[in-house]
Amino acid sequence: MTAFLALVRKDIRIFFQDRRAVIMSFVAPILIGSFFGYVFGGASRSSDPGRVTVLVVDQEAGAVSKAILSKLTANKTLAVQNSTLEDAKQLVRKGKAPVAIVIPPNFGKLATQAMFSGRERPKVQVYLDPSHQMESSMIEGMLTGYVMEAVSKEAFSGDLGRATVDDSLKQLESVPAQESAPLKGFLQALSRYNQSTQSNQTNRRDAGLSVPFELSEEKLTSRQGTEYNPYAHSFGGMAIQFILFMGIDVGIGMLLDRQRGLWKRFASAPLSKWTLLSSRAVSATLIAMLILAVVFAFARIVFGVKIEGSLPGFIAVCAGFGLMTSAYGLLIAALGKTPQAARGLSILATLLMVMLSGAWIPSFLFPGWLQSATKLVPARWAMDGLDGMTWRGLGWHEAVLPVAALVAFALIFGTIAVWRFRWETE
Amino acid sequence: MLQAQGLKKAYGKLVAVDGISFEVNKGETIGLLGPNGAGKTTTVSMIAGLLAPDAGQVLIDGKPVTGDTNPVKRKIGLVPQDLALYDELPALANLELFAALYDISGAKASKAIDAALELVGLRDRAKDKVATFSGGMKRRLNLAAALLHDPSVLLLDEPTVGVDPQSRNAIFDNLETLKSRGKTLVYTTHYMEEAERLCDRIVIVDHGRVVANDTLAGLYRRLPATNKLLIDLVDGSKLSDPSALKAVPGVQSAELIGNRLSVWLKDLSDGAPGVLAWLATGGHPFDHVSSEAPNLETVFLTLTGRSLRDS
Repeated sequence: MTAFLALVRKDIRIFFQDRRAVIMSFVAPILIGSFFGYVFGGASRSSDPGRVTVLVVDQEAGAVSKAILSKLTANKTLAVQNSTLEDAKQLVRKGKAPVAIVIPPNFGKLATQAMFSGRERPKVQVYLDPSHQMESSMIEGMLTGYVMEAVSKEAFSGDLGRATVDDSLKQLESVPAQESAPLKGFLQALSRYNQSTQSNQTNRRDAGLSVPFELSEEKLTSRQGTEYNPYAHSFGGMAIQFILFMGIDVGIGMLLDRQRGLWKRFASAPLSKWTLLSSRAVSATLIAMLILAVVFAFARIVFGVKIEGSLPGFIAVCAGFGLMTSAYGLLIAALGKTPQAARGLSILATLLMVMLSGAWIPSFLFPGWLQSATKLVPARWAMDGLDGMTWRGLGWHEAVLPVAALVAFALIFGTIAVWRFRWETE
Repeated sequence: MLQAQGLKKAYGKLVAVDGISFEVNKGETIGLLGPNGAGKTTTVSMIAGLLAPDAGQVLIDGKPVTGDTNPVKRKIGLVPQDLALYDELPALANLELFAALYDISGAKASKAIDAALELVGLRDRAKDKVATFSGGMKRRLNLAAALLHDPSVLLLDEPTVGVDPQSRNAIFDNLETLKSRGKTLVYTTHYMEEAERLCDRIVIVDHGRVVANDTLAGLYRRLPATNKLLIDLVDGSKLSDPSALKAVPGVQSAELIGNRLSVWLKDLSDGAPGVLAWLATGGHPFDHVSSEAPNLETVFLTLTGRSLRDS
């Protein structure tokens, strides 16, 4: 036991002696977690929400285009700017704005006419930055709704609408009565409706088509009224990433011990293989849990990240991930031939593991097959477990599966490490 | 005390150790002498339990050194060729760790560490990080780390590699102190001077085999000549046939290069007067005479046909 404790103490002491390791393990996840948290929603929690810039080239400058512009401007997610056609195209091309909308001359008149007859529909030109496809699609959807509202309002109550109805009724006079009767009746009724709204300002305001439903949005987090805190995910993700890097250092450190001849001292002493490997596993697990504790303590104090779910579940996930990381380090030590050769390959493997865990971008954005495939990635279980116990506010029983998966990975890695470890040294 | 019996170790087709056997008595110091790649380190690794031999066994006080936790390993102290220390930790922390490997802690550890540091002259640097030590100091600390559990057998694998002459002398003083305390030392080196100075007996190893195992005097007795007489002639060209010197009693062989005449003698005091008289009477005046004692380099050359350092 003396040897075991001394080996654990030595590992922890050496870890804290290495300033680079301490910075990488504690400071880096806090800095990068803060950045990602801010970018992925942290900014929108502040008073200055991030807006999508939309350039509008209003070539009509009429009632309909002004109504569309007004609705776009009223949307809090958009920053609408008037522009000229050339400037708008140039800015989108340079990536300064994701989308530009060009409302053509006579848009209101042509669109209103197109509503009641088969006349050619006017074209609203939209210029897109292909790297902002998601924002562009969102704006196109909004624009469709706003155009429908503005055009139908003009058709049912505006001057253009009345003129269009009168014009259509005149054209129907040349059509046989049997064919034109239904449409003629509709247009006459619409003309009467227009006349009535002309005299009644209240009705006129409400005229036209509108979206026949309202969206009611509620973010399902730990409990009603508790806001989603994006820092919870970003801090968890970055802690996972840098703890895995610490795991690499564990493996590289063991290879360096071998290279420096220290393994000879250990192997010449009356120590079991179990003592040598388990002491390293325990020290790495303790360091990993300490990193998680410090990172989440910072997130709690500065960004208000709370363990909304089960605290024992959170601790169990941290311990399971720490254990898995230590086994991962042992695996690197067992499979690596030299520290130099092992470092490059293990960094690549770690980055892939972190990427697939959803630590950088949430895994629900992955294609379906990839979401299923990432269940083979241990860090994914750690990410799910930490998300579940923090912002999702799940109970301890929801931690059981992630913890079981992490322990299973630790056992697999540990078994391979023991099997492949080069015990003999010369 | 220590018996290596028919040790064999191969790495694929490469046979590193091919049936090495020797014994070391309590308090004795033996030198494992051989060129790089001769199999010295592999042999020491098998004795220390770092490597399992393909064949043969190692016995300490009649007990085999097998298994990780075998208590017999407590009788062995290994000083590896590498500086097996944590540079980032103070000397004291290193020694506390290495003591703990043998289940030594608390006051017992402090006492052992104090004694080891005292021996190697590093007591005043105990709290300094190893990274701040010179190469020689690290070598001495490397030695101290092997002494904490008071082993009866010390395995020293080239413990003076890369150190300056002053530090080498300091290490030798430490080893002589340990020898005087009755420790059994197994010292591997390819420096003949070290083996000559320290060892009671020399085991010469080459290509994984024991070529000779004897005391220094015993090894010298195997040489056809034990001393070399060097004579600078005034005019070497006058001595047309140096082999004629073989007629002088005690002369084994002679060689003339320029004005320098080298004469190998069975015994210096018996043979030298005759050689000098032969030259004087033969009309070969000389202006300088010196002699070279035999050394292990000569022994190795004689036994293997190769130089220790060039092998």
